[in-house]
Amino acid sequence: MIIRLLSRTAFYLILAVGLFYILFPFYWMIVNSLKPSAELFATPLSYWPRQLTLDNYRAVLADGSFVRSIFNSFVVAGGATILSLALSSMAAYALARYRFAGKQATLYIILGMSTFPQIAVLGGLFTLARALGIYNTYWALILSYMIFTLPFCVWVLTSFIKEIPDTLDEAATIDGASAWQILWKVIIPLAGPGLVATGLLSFINAWNEFLFALTLTADNQARTVPVAVALFSGQSEHELPWGKITAASTVVTVPVVLLALMFQKRIVEGLTSGAVKG
Amino acid sequence: MANVSLRGVEKSYGAFKIVRQMDLEIHDGEFLVLVGPSGCGKSTTLRMIAGLEDINQGQILIDDQLVNGVAAKNRDIAMVFQNYALYPHMDVFQNMAFGLELRKFPKEEIKSRVEQAADILALGDLLKRKPKELSGGQRQRVALGRAIVRQPKVFLFDEPLSNLDAQLRVQMRAEISRLHAQLKTTMVYVTHDQVEAMTMGTRIVVMKGGDVQQVGAPLELYTRPANRFVAGFIGTPQMNFLDASIEGGTDAPVLVAEALQLPLQGAMAAAISGLKDKRCTLGIRPSDLHVVGTPGAGPITFEAGIDMVEILGAVQVVHIRLGGQTMRAELPIRVACKPGETISLAAEPDAFHIFDATSGVAIA
Ligand SMILES: Nc1ncnc2c1ncn2[C@@H]1O[C@H](COP(=O)(O)OP(=O)(O)OP(=O)(O)O)[C@@H](O)[C@H]1O
Ligand SMILES: [Mg+2]
Repeated sequence: MIIRLLSRTAFYLILAVGLFYILFPFYWMIVNSLKPSAELFATPLSYWPRQLTLDNYRAVLADGSFVRSIFNSFVVAGGATILSLALSSMAAYALARYRFAGKQATLYIILGMSTFPQIAVLGGLFTLARALGIYNTYWALILSYMIFTLPFCVWVLTSFIKEIPDTLDEAATIDGASAWQILWKVIIPLAGPGLVATGLLSFINAWNEFLFALTLTADNQARTVPVAVALFSGQSEHELPWGKITAASTVVTVPVVLLALMFQKRIVEGLTSGAVKG
Repeated sequence: MANVSLRGVEKSYGAFKIVRQMDLEIHDGEFLVLVGPSGCGKSTTLRMIAGLEDINQGQILIDDQLVNGVAAKNRDIAMVFQNYALYPHMDVFQNMAFGLELRKFPKEEIKSRVEQAADILALGDLLKRKPKELSGGQRQRVALGRAIVRQPKVFLFDEPLSNLDAQLRVQMRAEISRLHAQLKTTMVYVTHDQVEAMTMGTRIVVMKGGDVQQVGAPLELYTRPANRFVAGFIGTPQMNFLDASIEGGTDAPVLVAEALQLPLQGAMAAAISGLKDKRCTLGIRPSDLHVVGTPGAGPITFEAGIDMVEILGAVQVVHIRLGGQTMRAELPIRVACKPGETISLAAEPDAFHIFDATSGVAIA
């Protein structure tokens, strides 16, 4: 009895500590973004704001280059996602349905691509972007992000499409559909949950990416939010504008979190089940 | 409306031949059934006709046109699959209309054809339902509907009823037969159920291990099976087989299987005279055995011990023992049969089938 009580207490204690550790940074970000700047560096630290203000948000949203970077992020993350989905659904269909030489090898090379540390390919990407003349453009980032979004989408969608019975393809063939029409009218509608899940996760990954974005952009023209926020500067070089940084971070995090929560069920469904039963 | 010809068709996976040297003429308007045990190559044959599987050798002709190199969608055939293969994201109407839409039929034409098919199959009230909202029988009817709206030259069915329960199967069987009578289109139907084959087919093709065993009308296969395999496959309960030896002189041979003696005359006697090792297999259907003294009982009589009795209702299947061999007899229920007792049975001489003991080929 006592042992049970103890183990229960321990369980909830561990849970609480874990949750606290995970959630505190978000709490801290939001709280700090709402504090007037005077309170930010006050000692003792105030864990609960004494006074709430939206000044930081006003400052951030009035900053033209930050607003531009949000737009850039949408273009880059959206572009990488759409391109990845378009290419990976075709690739996944081929990998799931056709027998061809080197199919397993292809699958593992694709998987291997996504295991490289970013820093390992950074130099190559930089040189490539300069050579292609796309340095500091959306294309530099979109193409780079596809290094990790594409393999992920291909793998998840391949296993997803394998779950769709291939007699459906045969029925459609006999109904007169070409391979394109089968993909477009039968497979993609049925792989919907998989597309939503992989698309969303790709979008979030691209949205949050920092290292490539820092290296492959030079200015506002293509710079995305994480880099823009990191490069916020204060009045002097010794002062970090924490208020602005936290407000900007909140502005760009909240939509992504909402998106993830909204589609949470679809994501789990999409990643765990084929969801097509006769 | 079309005939289908297979000429020397072969299919193999690697070194393994799935279908061997198949020759088959399917007549215009015929209901041809391909039947055989699991893995004998029925589906493969059907899929080669459909164009879902390419062939390694030979020719396939539909309506006298060589279709070896013609894609499935251009062969003007429709196919009904075992697991229905309905598109889960489309409703019943869309499922049936899909093939016509892909072929760019005008909207009104599609609508009238689908509605006509829905009428024939009593699907009128279900057109807005998704496949998962239908029962098994309804799904199968939608799959039939999807095939008939196309008005194809040939219908292909791959065990369309095997996912249904017994009662529904009987009902759908009648429905498909009625459809055939109404449309008069050539149909090729695969099943492993010999009752389905017997009741539906104009002609039946019995296959085994990639080879055609016999082609013929249902009654022809039943009364004159070409070999022991066909004899055992067609008809329930299964035909009895007894090992028999040939005794007596060549002028008056007698087949002896335990206590059973079958004297042979004329053509039969001549037919077995070619057998070298004096052995053959004797076959007789359980329904051809009668109790001595009852109508139909023939001059060939023997005594047998009763092992077990299965009561089916109007008849009973009596498992009997004849020396070291076992047989089954289908007898009227009023005949008193108790395990452990002996029974006197009789049969007509021409109810017996004689097969080569090694090759199984029918001799007479
Ligand atoms: N893709 C394949 N690769 C290798 N062997 C195959 C393939 N498809 C079928 N086979 C083999 O071909 C043989 C015939 O298969 P088929 O599907 O035609 O049998 P079937 O008569 O329809 O049997 P069932 O009644 O079980 O459906 C089987 O032995 C099967 O194992
Ligand atoms: Mg089969």
